[in-house]
Amino acid sequence: MTATVSYDDVAVGTEMPARTFPVQRLDLIRYCGASGDFNVIHWNQRKAQAVGLPDVIAHGMFVMALVGRFVTDWAGDPGAVVDYGVRFSTMLVVPDDDVGANLEVSGVVTEKLEGRRVRVELAARGPETKVLTQARAVVQLA
Amino acid sequence: MTINRAFIGRSYPPSAPYAVSREKIREFAEAIGDPNPVYRDAAIARALGHPDVVAPPTFVIVVTMKVAWQAVFDPDLGVDYTRAVHGQQQFSHTRPIRAGDHLVGTLTIADITSAGRNEVLRTRVDVATTAGEPVCSAVSTLVVRGGDR
Repeated sequence: MTATVSYDDVAVGTEMPARTFPVQRLDLIRYCGASGDFNVIHWNQRKAQAVGLPDVIAHGMFVMALVGRFVTDWAGDPGAVVDYGVRFSTMLVVPDDDVGANLEVSGVVTEKLEGRRVRVELAARGPETKVLTQARAVVQLA
Repeated sequence: MTINRAFIGRSYPPSAPYAVSREKIREFAEAIGDPNPVYRDAAIARALGHPDVVAPPTFVIVVTMKVAWQAVFDPDLGVDYTRAVHGQQQFSHTRPIRAGDHLVGTLTIADITSAGRNEVLRTRVDVATTAGEPVCSAVSTLVVRGGDR
């Protein structure tokens, strides 16, 4: 494994450059197919609203995957992500308006661990609120 | 509806092997909008020290979700899936999943608790190769919202 970020170059407080990921209905449909999770609340507005949701919502796992990409792009090697966990605090509503919802992701190094690993704390916000809490990863750095 | 506490600590039989293909990894990477060539090009993956293309950190959910369904749809456990939402997810990777892996998942009911009117089911799926090499542990929390009944 070859992370491109060196353990020696980061400190507690080092920020990972923030990024925005646009999420549209088509992204959810594609994720349904690739993941095998075809729960109707991720593609059928009528049925989502019938169970009390405001609209179609993104899979929590899709949001987790986007934030995972934020970490793997930063680290330089997907294999560098050792542990990764999140709590799904609020759902990301994705309206059918050709715009969708933007997911804003940021992160910071919170701990330097043994074996040239670091713990990072991640933040993911939808248009209105945080969608993840306790989002953390352990990354093996070079 | 309460979830059957007698299941705490119970394990299910190992799943049938899942064969990880390059094309499935590519499809998953495209679905999460990630153009990283390490998910597509074995030569680039090898340059990073991997034997073949590797999968994104959350790819293993493709395997573990269906393993966990053994419990979710076990009538004796008593999960009302229509009221269930994904509460938490944790992956601990021993090594990255890669094309060519044949993966087996073993499901354990880690815990069942109450949180107000909700029921909380925590499952763990231990993923290993068919040769017995540990690859990943995936812990999922499912929150079953309390009804009006």
